[in-house]
Amino acid sequence: MAKLELQNLTKSYSRDIVPVKQLNLEVEDNEFLTLVGPSGCGKSTILRLIAGLDQPTEGRVMIGDRDVSRLAPGDRNIAMVFQSYALYPHMTVRDNVASGLKMHHLPAGDIQKRVQEVSEVLGLDPLLDRKPAKLSGGQRQRVALARALVRNPDVFLLDEPLSNLDALLREQVRADLKQIFADQKSPIVYVTHDQTEAMTLSTKVAVLNNGYLQQLGHPHDIYKTPANRFVASFIGSPQMNLIPLSRAGNNVALGDFNIPLPIGVQAASVVLGIRPEHLRLPRDGNAHTVSGPVFLVENLGMHDLVSLRVQGDPNLTLRALLPADAAWSKENLKLALPPEAIHWFDGETGQRLTA
Amino acid sequence: MTTAPPTPAPPQTADRGIPWMRVLLWAAIAFTVIFSLAPVLWQVLTSFKTNAAITSDAVVYFPGLDQLTFDHYLDLFRRNQFYIYMFNSALVAIVSTVLCLALGSPAAYALARLRIPGEQVILASVLIVTLFPYILLFLGLLEVVRALGLANNYLALIIPYTAINLPLTILVMRSFFQQLPRDLEDSARVDGYNTVQMLWRIVLPMTLPALVTTGILAFIFAWNEYLFALTFMTREGMKTIPVAAAQLGVTTLFEVPYGSLAAATVVGTLPLVLLVLFFQRRIVQGLTSGSVKG
Repeated sequence: MAKLELQNLTKSYSRDIVPVKQLNLEVEDNEFLTLVGPSGCGKSTILRLIAGLDQPTEGRVMIGDRDVSRLAPGDRNIAMVFQSYALYPHMTVRDNVASGLKMHHLPAGDIQKRVQEVSEVLGLDPLLDRKPAKLSGGQRQRVALARALVRNPDVFLLDEPLSNLDALLREQVRADLKQIFADQKSPIVYVTHDQTEAMTLSTKVAVLNNGYLQQLGHPHDIYKTPANRFVASFIGSPQMNLIPLSRAGNNVALGDFNIPLPIGVQAASVVLGIRPEHLRLPRDGNAHTVSGPVFLVENLGMHDLVSLRVQGDPNLTLRALLPADAAWSKENLKLALPPEAIHWFDGETGQRLTA
Repeated sequence: MTTAPPTPAPPQTADRGIPWMRVLLWAAIAFTVIFSLAPVLWQVLTSFKTNAAITSDAVVYFPGLDQLTFDHYLDLFRRNQFYIYMFNSALVAIVSTVLCLALGSPAAYALARLRIPGEQVILASVLIVTLFPYILLFLGLLEVVRALGLANNYLALIIPYTAINLPLTILVMRSFFQQLPRDLEDSARVDGYNTVQMLWRIVLPMTLPALVTTGILAFIFAWNEYLFALTFMTREGMKTIPVAAAQLGVTTLFEVPYGSLAAATVVGTLPLVLLVLFFQRRIVQGLTSGSVKG
């Protein structure tokens, strides 16, 4: 059991292609860190650097007190689950699971015992003597997991392990994953572009963009107080409404409606952010209100995702998540913006303005 | 179960008349098979017929029992010592095929996986080698063989056969390696395999189908090659099957020994047929075994 630490990690392929820039991260025991970001943000490269499949240009990878930056992947005591599962097609499931242990010269008795334990946990017993070609997608996925779990490694690395499963199975396996890894002490690094996976599985989320770490924190904090405009737009579904506005005194004008800026905001231009689920029909209270005609209603089952044009500025649209049973007028829908749910970002830097 | 409406009976086309499409299909198949196999069958038939039956004025399509004989085959091995030629052919073909795969596959792997500067140039030059007319190489090679004193040495055939087959091997194997998912190799490295172990235990088993395919092509070329074998091997004990078979026809002045020629052809072809039949199942198996993800 050991802490994983990335110090000043940088990877560059050329002067212009730098997928990972000056990254510092720590993952303790019992922590589940998810690296999330759009494709090309460097998250897979980070995983490959930790695994030792690529060499960092600068910086160090520490596992516990060991500097493993120059060690071969096999000597780092890590286990990795690949997106394509990467099962050896010519070996049975049993040999696939045991292969890492065999390479580390464990006694045959121990290997058998550990394979047995893991296959019980994952329900692989009836499949042990089959070849990967004879397995379904979900079964292959479990074999890939078993291959990592059986190693009892210092660090688990998972590279989009759910992205090859169909939607229904994915949800189920996601829940299984959470349970299985709750029992593991070693740090886990999980890469995904799916924010739902990031939110549900992790104890810590690192949002990445363009090779830079945008925000690191508990999933709840990232949802509640996104550090900048990018994080705000990337985390949360449906996407947060982000409206660039220029200030007029201590107010900003949202179409015909004035919304006061929080005290102490100095920026010349601001971006107002509010999540669709936080826009609601007006009740008594001190919420600001806007109104306008609805031009699109998307039925999501429990909710309707409603898009409206703000009165006074036809280019300004807002999306709101309203309960399906609520009654409202399509011609002129009035919506409330609770002040505590509004996020303010700097119009130029994109950084968060309020705490 | 009770509410299910009765399903309408499927239309019974079989009762309506002759299924023309099927008849046509099988006629076409029969024609193709006969068309391509007839010369071979004729050769096999000739090799079993007595000389009298072969030369009789009325062509004997279905020889009677008294017109069948094993003499041509027995002659081949007793009088002409065909097993020596078979051994020579087998040795040269097997060694050059193995060499070809052993040299070509690592080269192909390197070309597929490493970022080698000038990779395109290397590939282009490999391709250009295949464009040389065979007969152009021949005169040069003759000089080389003479200069090195390699005449009547197995190496005089093994080296050119290997060299001629190398470009094909490299190109085929390279495209095969490129298809192999990289994750598998990464996964092996995470599991603790070093490069040699990874190539030997993970990559090689998956490469078998491609190795067998290119190996068979190389083997067939080496087994059938005539020109080099005729020129570089003049001593009787070093000759290969194609040369020996051709020689049968010119040993006697007054008659063409059709029976012996046919028998020699059959003996020369049989190993190839068996080889392909045996490995074909392997190839198909290998290609359909499915690999990584669902």
